[in-house]
Amino acid sequence: MSKFYSGSIKKTDRITHLVENLFKKMPEIEAERAVLLTESYKCTEGEPIIMRRAKAFKHICDNIPIYIREEELIVGSTNKNPRGCQTFPEFSYEWLQDEFDTIEKRAADPFYISEETKQKLTEVHKYWKGKTSSELATSYMDERAKAAIDHNIFTPGNYFYNGIGHVTVKYEEVLKIGYKGIMNKAAEELALLSVADGDYAERHTFLEAVIISCNAAINYAKRYSALAYQMAEKTSDITRKSELLKIAENCDRVPEYGARSFYEACQSFWFVQMLIQVESSGHSISPGRFDQYMYPYYKKDMDEGKITREFAQELMDCIWVKLNDLNKARDAASAEGFAGYSLFQNLIAGGQTSEGLDATNDLSFMCVEACLHVMLPQPSFSIRVWNGTPHEFMLKAATLTRTGIGLPAYYNDEVIIPALISRGLTIEDARDYNIIGCVEPQKSGKTDGWHDAAFFNMCRPLELVFSNGVDKGYQLGKRTGEIDDFKTFDDFYDAYKAQSKDMIELLVNADNAIDVAHSERCPLPFLSSMVDDCIKRGKSVQNGGAVYNFTGPQGFGVANMADSLYAIKKLVYDEKKVTLKEYKEALENNYGRPVSNSQAEKTAIEALKRLNDSGIEITEKIVAEVVKEVSANGLSPQKKAEYDKLLEMIDEIPKFGNDNPEVDAFARDVAYTYTKPLEMYKNPRGGHFQAGLYPVSANVPLGAQTGATPDGRLAYTPVADGVSPSAGKDVNGPTASANSVSRLDHYIASNGTLFNMKFHPSALEGNSGLEGFITLIRGYFDQKGSHMQFNVVSRETLREAQKNPDKYRSLVVRVAGYSALFTTLSKSLQDDIINRTEQSTMY
Amino acid sequence: MDYRNVKGRIFNIQKYSVHDGPGVRTIVFLKGCRLRCRWCCNPESQEYKIQEMTVGGKVKTVGEDITAGEVMDNVLKDMPYFRRSGGGLTLSGGECLCQPEFSEALLRIAKDYGISTAIESTAFASFEVISKILPYLDYYLMDIKHINSKKHKEFTTQPNELILENAKKIAEYKGTKLIVRVPVIPTFNDTEAEIEEIAKFAVSLGTVDEIHLLPYHRMGQDKYKGLGREYKMGDIYTPSKEKMEKLKRVASRVGLKAQIGG
Repeated sequence: MSKFYSGSIKKTDRITHLVENLFKKMPEIEAERAVLLTESYKCTEGEPIIMRRAKAFKHICDNIPIYIREEELIVGSTNKNPRGCQTFPEFSYEWLQDEFDTIEKRAADPFYISEETKQKLTEVHKYWKGKTSSELATSYMDERAKAAIDHNIFTPGNYFYNGIGHVTVKYEEVLKIGYKGIMNKAAEELALLSVADGDYAERHTFLEAVIISCNAAINYAKRYSALAYQMAEKTSDITRKSELLKIAENCDRVPEYGARSFYEACQSFWFVQMLIQVESSGHSISPGRFDQYMYPYYKKDMDEGKITREFAQELMDCIWVKLNDLNKARDAASAEGFAGYSLFQNLIAGGQTSEGLDATNDLSFMCVEACLHVMLPQPSFSIRVWNGTPHEFMLKAATLTRTGIGLPAYYNDEVIIPALISRGLTIEDARDYNIIGCVEPQKSGKTDGWHDAAFFNMCRPLELVFSNGVDKGYQLGKRTGEIDDFKTFDDFYDAYKAQSKDMIELLVNADNAIDVAHSERCPLPFLSSMVDDCIKRGKSVQNGGAVYNFTGPQGFGVANMADSLYAIKKLVYDEKKVTLKEYKEALENNYGRPVSNSQAEKTAIEALKRLNDSGIEITEKIVAEVVKEVSANGLSPQKKAEYDKLLEMIDEIPKFGNDNPEVDAFARDVAYTYTKPLEMYKNPRGGHFQAGLYPVSANVPLGAQTGATPDGRLAYTPVADGVSPSAGKDVNGPTASANSVSRLDHYIASNGTLFNMKFHPSALEGNSGLEGFITLIRGYFDQKGSHMQFNVVSRETLREAQKNPDKYRSLVVRVAGYSALFTTLSKSLQDDIINRTEQSTMY
Repeated sequence: MDYRNVKGRIFNIQKYSVHDGPGVRTIVFLKGCRLRCRWCCNPESQEYKIQEMTVGGKVKTVGEDITAGEVMDNVLKDMPYFRRSGGGLTLSGGECLCQPEFSEALLRIAKDYGISTAIESTAFASFEVISKILPYLDYYLMDIKHINSKKHKEFTTQPNELILENAKKIAEYKGTKLIVRVPVIPTFNDTEAEIEEIAKFAVSLGTVDEIHLLPYHRMGQDKYKGLGREYKMGDIYTPSKEKMEKLKRVASRVGLKAQIGG
């Protein structure tokens, strides 16, 4: 008999119904949390901030409406309908106020909002003027950093507008000793304090806040217990009655005390997972190694014959559905960067134990099975792969990949563990890593990683080199010299490095300003109760209470910059076929190509407005002329031919992604221009910066703010995603593409790299298709790539889904470090996904 | 002499193939073939001379003279995948036996690096030629298209006696596994009786236990146009899945491990 149960388990009707119910209504914004938060804040003026946060959390937990949905076995939701969301004005609110009338109609992640909610929130928002973390962050930022953000060099919008999130707490501790146990720990620390300690005030207040927060969580669960009893009394359905009584019993027990069964452990897990997302709006609250910390409860119940595998699976499926029930509204710009209503709750299976042994167990397989059952974007499901990963587990994971849902993502222990050790983790902690959000590795329950700290557009500093630091008429960057001054390629490259480094410094300034603002305005006592060593240190996570502290902003556009700089090196300096001046002119004119329709429209409208403002009557004839002018770029045919020739020359230069060692080595060096300078900087929590190379979905909106690049990329089109080659430029098949990407230094990008690969479904057909696919992952990982993910869906299907969205509501695709429902994405992001290379085997 | 420097003529290198031999493989397509199968999906492979073919409106040169060492430098880039899957090099074409020294050199280098080797071949060559490469060959994927020599000649321009004779000798050779492949072409060999005949012949070889039935497809059609040639397959289409399953059962009944596709 095999060591594992790897077979399939039947999905129950309950799960089908729960999934259907998720999508019955459009997601709605609700006001209750904001109202309760504000009520509490008004009563605690003048108290220490950490105490105010704890009391507000308690006030919310005690009073926010609670719901048990039909057929649910795992309960806990603060929204009346699935996928509804609450708001978090303590971080920011202006954007929401401004979007009241548009948020329902916007392209990315629309939300319904009732007139009543608008009124309530308008009232609440009055209180928050001048009190939010975002306002404080702005006041801490350097003027140049603010300018760099305005000019879209980088964007720290995520943490600027929202909570930090991006954490995995000690689920295992809550499961084991309950919040009662954690309160006891805090009480013990309190007892050890001396009133004469220099830091008595800070520690004492923090520990009191922890106790209040834990009590709030316990009470929240008790409310569910009471509600379940009430509902049990009312129902005439005997089966449901007994289910509700069981729910009541569970919620009475957990998370106050340790779980005694797998069912209690599941319920306890869920309260932890959802309540963290009531305390703060931070996303990427990642369950982490679910198969590891849940296993003891499963094994005990199975050994004692108290549970069937089928019921355990159903409970897990229920949790998987609940993870999709949570939601969050973001501002319109951020919504494009994180498109698809995603919360990035990353859950990972397999890998090694902290002792370095294989960690795969039956639950690892059942996690895959749960994804197969619900077929939903959450959890962001990941697989850890190491040399000792059982082949049958790879096969099980590959059958999930084959569905085209974009899950799981595969992570390489052989790179990530040493990379984390190089950042100061112990070997045991490093072996126990999990993934946060998209691709960011860390040790659970000990880390405040500030992953996803900002998007840094690596293409923009190159534009500054061509303009001697001027952007849109403003001296934004350094004066690195006029283009005639660059006598050698190294001169040019040094100018790029200088512009880049300068902008990285400003990014650090912006991130650190936001970091301080969060510690002063929004420390999180509930979250901190589940992260080491906050209780021992008497400090919140936001004040540096975690054992490991990082800030991880992600760069993107590596492939564009590698191809661009290589093209300049070859065409301008080695072969002298074109001068920098000619290149610059071509870029300014977008290689003589009309800009995209939407951009052309924008330009035309602006031109017409100017004419109108200056009193000229807009006739049909004028409109026609403007449109003609915009789309023709006003260039002579001769010029256009010149640009065509340049594009042809660029096309012939080898590109990153085709297994060309020279180009790939060059790309490695280009990636260092971002990853190396960054590691020199420190954050206010006593930790270091570390780079990631991944884009979430920001390569589309931020590409739309980037002019033409020397690799032949046209203005305002998407830039390359993650460490993947530029779309359509890797033409030698998947192994060549993987070989190239593996030549980047994945260790130094210890905040994660993202390699996206598209497969046509035919490539995974049959046993040989699956085995070949696993070989591809193994071969890439042997060469020290860090992460790999796949979209297995044909272009035809995606085009069809664009045309008939109603027929494809449930089509899940891989966007970047996560999956999302294809039809919920904006048109431009959909197009980008369609355009990325589709690799397949040939016949 | 240094076999790395042996020159040959190829027209394509195809990576990440999972259909032509075990594991993940890289296929090197050699130019030149003595057969002219009507259904051939690589018509640009048939002539040894370097040709021009129009692909997607652009004229492309088909054929490149290159040393065995250069080819293998490229092939060995996928070593990590070969190592993980037991894959390696597959020579296809054209007919690799038309360039025997070059094929031998490629296979020898592959063996120097310890990767698996295979050829896709019609075996239409003297056995003397074949016997030279067998020491470096793990898998011989041999096309047996028809047992009736007259029909064979009608559709491929060559009779099959030499092919069947070679099959017997290859089957006797200990170090190479012989796998029989049949392109299933409607109007030519797609009846149950014809497939059964081929399968029985394969069994009679004594050491063959595997047969691959490759359904006809029209993917080569545009290439004929690109070469200025006529595509003679008319309105013949890919055999249905049911039909292929039926033929697979026929081959299995004879005692072979049969599969549809490579």
